[in-house]
Amino acid sequence: MRKYELIFIVRPDVPEEELGKIITQMEGVVAGHGGKIEKIEKIGRRRLAYRVQRQREGIYVLFVVEGTGDTVKEFERRLKVNDLVMKYLSVRVDEELKRAEKAKAWRAEQATRKPRPRPSSGEAPAIEVAT
Amino acid sequence: MATPTSSGPSGGGQGGGAGRGSDRGPRKGGAGPGGGGRKQYFRRRKVCKFCDEKIDVIDFKDVRLVSQFISDRGKILPRRLTGTCSPHQRLLTVAIKRARNLAFIPFASGF
Repeated sequence: MRKYELIFIVRPDVPEEELGKIITQMEGVVAGHGGKIEKIEKIGRRRLAYRVQRQREGIYVLFVVEGTGDTVKEFERRLKVNDLVMKYLSVRVDEELKRAEKAKAWRAEQATRKPRPRPSSGEAPAIEVAT
Repeated sequence: MATPTSSGPSGGGQGGGAGRGSDRGPRKGGAGPGGGGRKQYFRRRKVCKFCDEKIDVIDFKDVRLVSQFISDRGKILPRRLTGTCSPHQRLLTVAIKRARNLAFIPFASGF
């Protein structure tokens, strides 16, 4: 199972209930393909940096989902079919999170291992200069 | 060995290099009170923002963060201007490109 962030932008003129309908539909897609929804966030109405389909605004929705490639494929297909969705982007995040975790662990280890390494680190360059 | 040391202060502090600007000193009439020679141009801090603030994942949804690293025309700023370290710059370019695709930041602006 991989973790994905699926973001899509809905046209700004859709009513609230229509938006809810899209979200529940997409929830069903994820569940139907063996995925697990971690988070659904309505980021909300935002000004776009450039015009998309002649719109200057968009409603952003974020799904954080655990699933397989098929889950994402079907998710994207549904978004493509839906006329109310202007844009979407799927990003796999599990590897990035793993790397971040590692960096954090490394930093914690560094902090515990050397409380104050100032004198020793100051000596090292001095020797280098002398030779 | 002598040339780099002499060119150092003259390049860095033109307005009266505090310590050893003996060659350049007379032009400005002694280096007495001209202490802050570096004030002439802004010296950017050289620390990578992401290392400094311990940001491990550069989230492209964080518009406020990512937009600090694009120019007013929407271009990605080079490392030499922002001081970002090379691993983080690589992650940053990806984040910027994703943010552009979702219309968080412009592809090109200011024309």
